Amino acid sequence: MYSEKVMDHFANPRNVGEIENASGVGEVGNAKCGDIMKMFLKIEDGVIVDVKFKTFGCGAAVATSSMATEMIKGKTVDEALALTNKAVVEALDGLPPAKIHCSVLAEEAVKSAVADYYKKNGIEKEIPGFCGDCDSCSHCHH
Amino acid sequence: MEKRFVYADNAATTAPYPEVIDEMMIYLRENWGNPSSIHKKGEEAKAALDMCREKVASLLGCEASELVFTSCGTEADNHAIRGAAYANAAKGKHIITTKVEHPAVLNTCKALEKEGFRVTYLDVDSEGRVSAEDVERAICDDTVLVSVMYANNEIGTIMPIKEIAAVCRAHGVLCMTDAVQAVGAVPINVRELGVDMLTASGHKIHAPKGIGLLYIKKGTKIKNLIEGGGQERGRRGGTENLPYIAAFAKALEIAVAKLPDMARVEKMRDRLIAELTKLPRTRVNGSLTHRLPGNANISFECIEGESILLLMDMAGICCSTGSACSSNSLDPSHVLLAIGLPHEVAHGSVRITLSHENTEEDVDYIIEKLTETVERLRKMSPLWKE
Repeated sequence: MYSEKVMDHFANPRNVGEIENASGVGEVGNAKCGDIMKMFLKIEDGVIVDVKFKTFGCGAAVATSSMATEMIKGKTVDEALALTNKAVVEALDGLPPAKIHCSVLAEEAVKSAVADYYKKNGIEKEIPGFCGDCDSCSHCHH
Repeated sequence: MEKRFVYADNAATTAPYPEVIDEMMIYLRENWGNPSSIHKKGEEAKAALDMCREKVASLLGCEASELVFTSCGTEADNHAIRGAAYANAAKGKHIITTKVEHPAVLNTCKALEKEGFRVTYLDVDSEGRVSAEDVERAICDDTVLVSVMYANNEIGTIMPIKEIAAVCRAHGVLCMTDAVQAVGAVPINVRELGVDMLTASGHKIHAPKGIGLLYIKKGTKIKNLIEGGGQERGRRGGTENLPYIAAFAKALEIAVAKLPDMARVEKMRDRLIAELTKLPRTRVNGSLTHRLPGNANISFECIEGESILLLMDMAGICCSTGSACSSNSLDPSHVLLAIGLPHEVAHGSVRITLSHENTEEDVDYIIEKLTETVERLRKMSPLWKE
């Protein structure tokens, strides 16, 4: 069902944990749907110097969180905002169609953490493609 | 503990017994005739078919003429429900079933709704049971069929079928039970049970996939599902699958002989439940008293079932989950929701189903690995608080 890369990131997830006094924290998804991602960013001079995550969810949810943190670590905030779910899926050598929404959550988690960083620092910048309201997302409507 | 391979998903399917495979091979290598042929080869096959049918009938407490072999449990369920609904449509178009049935029953009922039948899906209690009183209250003037599963495939809850059948009899309503999970796991005598129809499946009792059974009580008129050359006393067309029928008969014979050993399986299950529910924020789903001997269904809060399954699989353990993430649906198991579990708790459920082939060492191994898995996933869960 899953690629070797997905299984590797699921079995040995990178950057699991929390960051105390993080520059930005984002949480997306909801328990009812069965997946929540929480991402912690430490940002210095516009660069993500550290990133950690905690995820409640399936194998793909854990793997996409892990891969997304790897892809934004050491990058600038703007570069992190350019991360797409498609890029995460490609980096994982693909996901089953039913699991694509996990990669969307990973992208949203990064954006949500950056939005929190902007808010904390009084930066008034729009984040394209980020609504910040996961409950309104059609994926979770029952 | 040293790595093992533990198959603990026996509600999904079971390993065919070597004796069952040997029995089946006789009808592939030697006695492969068509039971409908009048020559020697056909007569040989007919004799074997009759013998198998007699054997199954005596094991289930009915007459051979009351049994129809089908291609699977799902076909038997479809045949029973559609057959009874169509045959009685002039009398009434109301069917009663429960919210926790297998999709073979639920989706057949849903399809009949589109054809103008009315279906009542009974709620179950927190253990997953309906009572005979619940059934009786739902019976209307136009009710023709009640279909309640003998035992639930996810949480193992056993329904009071004998009482439900008695209520149906009193009201002149047909009673059908999907006993796919129960046959071979608990003692069943269809005559004493009092149902009009009962279904079973071979691959749940260590026979191969591709063989099911429908018991139709003598005198019960139901329409055919599959028309053909008059096989199965004209009730199901298609050349009889003698190798699989022989396998089913052998498997049922072994299952009935092994029923006393179910007490050992039940003890292993109880130990699994007792040990695993010592973990915090963990609950057992279903009934502790009315339960299939091999079934343990447990919910671990704050973690998700597919993740649990993947880690268990890496440890060599096969089990299953009611989480939505293991299916193509967005909702977790309809059974877990019907017993009142919130979505987030249902997502973290694991079903472990043991058989005669499991050992105490398997149980030790499952407890150790599942405990490790739960702790590991909770550590990375944003919902978990020590």
